[in-house]
Amino acid sequence: MFALSDSRIDADVLACDLANDGAGACITFEGRVRNNNAGRAVRQLDYQAYGALAAKEGERILDEAKQKFAILDVHCVHRVGSLAIGDLAVWVGVSSAHRDAAFAACRFIIDEVKLRVPIWKNEHYADGESGWLHPDNTPVG
Amino acid sequence: MNYRVLYFASLRDASGRDAENVTSDTHDARQLYRECKQRHGLTMDADRLRMALNGEFADWDRPLQNGDEIAFLPPVSGG
Repeated sequence: MFALSDSRIDADVLACDLANDGAGACITFEGRVRNNNAGRAVRQLDYQAYGALAAKEGERILDEAKQKFAILDVHCVHRVGSLAIGDLAVWVGVSSAHRDAAFAACRFIIDEVKLRVPIWKNEHYADGESGWLHPDNTPVG
Repeated sequence: MNYRVLYFASLRDASGRDAENVTSDTHDARQLYRECKQRHGLTMDADRLRMALNGEFADWDRPLQNGDEIAFLPPVSGG
């Protein structure tokens, strides 16, 4: 399941959904809001999404992960709206019989989400400026 | 033709709207973007954007039809 959320991500609840008696591994990734980027102090972030397409593309990535890796279950949730420093921005969880598949699938999913899903990050800096970012976290010129 | 155009991120800020109804003679998405770019003083060129047609990624060469919903997508930065 891929989802966008406009409220706080509860990682504990999401991880419980991955419970599976056949799973010997559960790997989770938490992407959190950092207080700096490219040498500038960051105060908060806004995420904006093309909701309908983001949901479809996110689901496609999870389907691809299930095809590529021997995993049992997978969830990914990405925040939209205003986030404070330390907030969870994105959460990925994968369960599998053995750890290698879960590690690899988790890495694949977060990398593809950052590359493909129509979500945009607007950083608000401590000096009062703000700006939309490119995928490599450089400013949109 | 009547189109619905969606704007996101820097394009939304620059155009001052998240969507608009556009009337145009063109069936070409690049031309439609040029018209929107000129009307709103957008700075990003089409070659830096992806296009979505009726809620799916689409090639810029796909001909537009009356009633289509077109989204011009700046480079994404989720995660």
